[in-house]
Amino acid sequence: MTIIEVQDNIVEEFSLFDDWMDKYNLLIDLGKELPVIDPKYKVKDFLIEGCQSKVWLHPRYDGKMITFTADSDAIITRGIVALLIKVLSDRSPDEIITSDLYFIDKIGLRQNLSPTRSNGLLAMVRQMKLYAMAYNAQNK
Amino acid sequence: MKDISEIRADFPILNRKVYNRPLVYFDNGATTQKPQCVLDTVDEVYKMYNGNIHRGVHFLSDMSSEAYENARIKVRSFINADKREEIIFTSGTTGSINGIAFSFGERYIKQGDEIILSRLEHHANIVPWQMMCERKGAALRVIPINENGEIILDEYYKLLTSKTRLVAVAQASNALGTVLPVKEIITAAHSFNVPVLIDGAQGIQHGIVDVKTMNCDFYVFSGHKIYGPSGIGVLYGKEKWLSELDPFQGGGDMVDKVTFEKTTYSELPFKFEAGTMNYPGAIGLARAIDYVLDTGIEEIASREQELLSYASERLSGIKGLKIYGQSPHKISTISFLIKDIHQYDTGMILDKMGIAVRTGTHCAQPVMDNYGIDGTVRASLCFYNTNEEIDTLASGIEKVKSMFA
Repeated sequence: MTIIEVQDNIVEEFSLFDDWMDKYNLLIDLGKELPVIDPKYKVKDFLIEGCQSKVWLHPRYDGKMITFTADSDAIITRGIVALLIKVLSDRSPDEIITSDLYFIDKIGLRQNLSPTRSNGLLAMVRQMKLYAMAYNAQNK
Repeated sequence: MKDISEIRADFPILNRKVYNRPLVYFDNGATTQKPQCVLDTVDEVYKMYNGNIHRGVHFLSDMSSEAYENARIKVRSFINADKREEIIFTSGTTGSINGIAFSFGERYIKQGDEIILSRLEHHANIVPWQMMCERKGAALRVIPINENGEIILDEYYKLLTSKTRLVAVAQASNALGTVLPVKEIITAAHSFNVPVLIDGAQGIQHGIVDVKTMNCDFYVFSGHKIYGPSGIGVLYGKEKWLSELDPFQGGGDMVDKVTFEKTTYSELPFKFEAGTMNYPGAIGLARAIDYVLDTGIEEIASREQELLSYASERLSGIKGLKIYGQSPHKISTISFLIKDIHQYDTGMILDKMGIAVRTGTHCAQPVMDNYGIDGTVRASLCFYNTNEEIDTLASGIEKVKSMFA
């Protein structure tokens, strides 16, 4: 599936719920399903600190694809982290760099990626793209 | 006193719904809502007599200058300062503290001097002093707190030495609600001839403030936390200090004579008010003070204490909920955590139920570090809140527990 297809699937999944509580329950479930990050990566080097919640993000690059694992101390943040992983993990650096993440807005979670919210998510997206750029540069 | 429905009717925003639920506004520690009379007053400034203060010869400028100066007189009498010259308008508490930290530092602070703060301080009463200490080679000394979130006075007395130049403490903690023993703090400092600044951001709106009885040297607060507009604040200083200190900002209106060789400053209070001041804000603040006086500041305080005790009882009855800050002397602010649930998760779900609380460190990271936590959920109540709203919060918390179980 392309990045666009994965995003469209997420948008469709969330569109089944009108109620905010149902959307958040879905996020909580997604957070629980998130593949666990290896505890040895839950250290300062991989920490993205927000003032509301923390995010840990670890990249692994096999020369073609970047695989991300991540975690957060807050469950709702972890749910959104899980969505970002679904969309951006196991992709080539180019795909990640050029991706346009519109799904957050479409499922009504835009405030969660606002620069004033400081929950680590916006910084996480930036960091994912930075890793992709770094691996791309490495290849050249 | 007006009954609660009359009080609530004074605040138009309290009627609104968020996410189709009635708004429960428990973030009054961050900012308070405004009564209609304040909104009308600010509106009237712009509609009827907007003109830059202290500058024009024309009707509008005269009218707004007079209203602005009357606002100063209103603030003077509200906090019982001696003279209107001791009331400086600023942008807010942060602006006031930064100003004093700069001017006081330039005038009096040398290498090796010490400033005493408490561990309960908001970052606004830490960082400006830290910046000044870095400039001057001075150091901060911090009064520790106990498990209840109260400062340890005996430790404070030990910190006071011949090196101490100033003590700056909050009247009440924004993060935990603890009311500090400012009278004892001031008396002890004065016995060392050390002046004291009181950060009244969380004090001014919760009871009578009398700077003369308190005998503080500086008192600062923000208009928006006492039902007034944002962007206006007050710096009170004893005349003796304010006349010795140099201005912290230069610009128009604060000068007597300007040449490229030398500028002389205006008299107090104008020497500290450079540039166009937020006069609509000051005039709105004066109206807010009138509103508080009409409602009755003692009545407000006693209603808030009733709300605090109901909320404390209701929340401590919830299994797994821990309240941080257990002093018997508190403003109506409750900081808490639910066992194994992140404060951000709690806040997000409460928000979707129409309940506005604050989550995080509340700009008081040292307080959180003291308890070894990353943050709390804070419900800060004020006199327009109700027991029913507290019940809504309590059931909201139960809902949060069930969702994250």
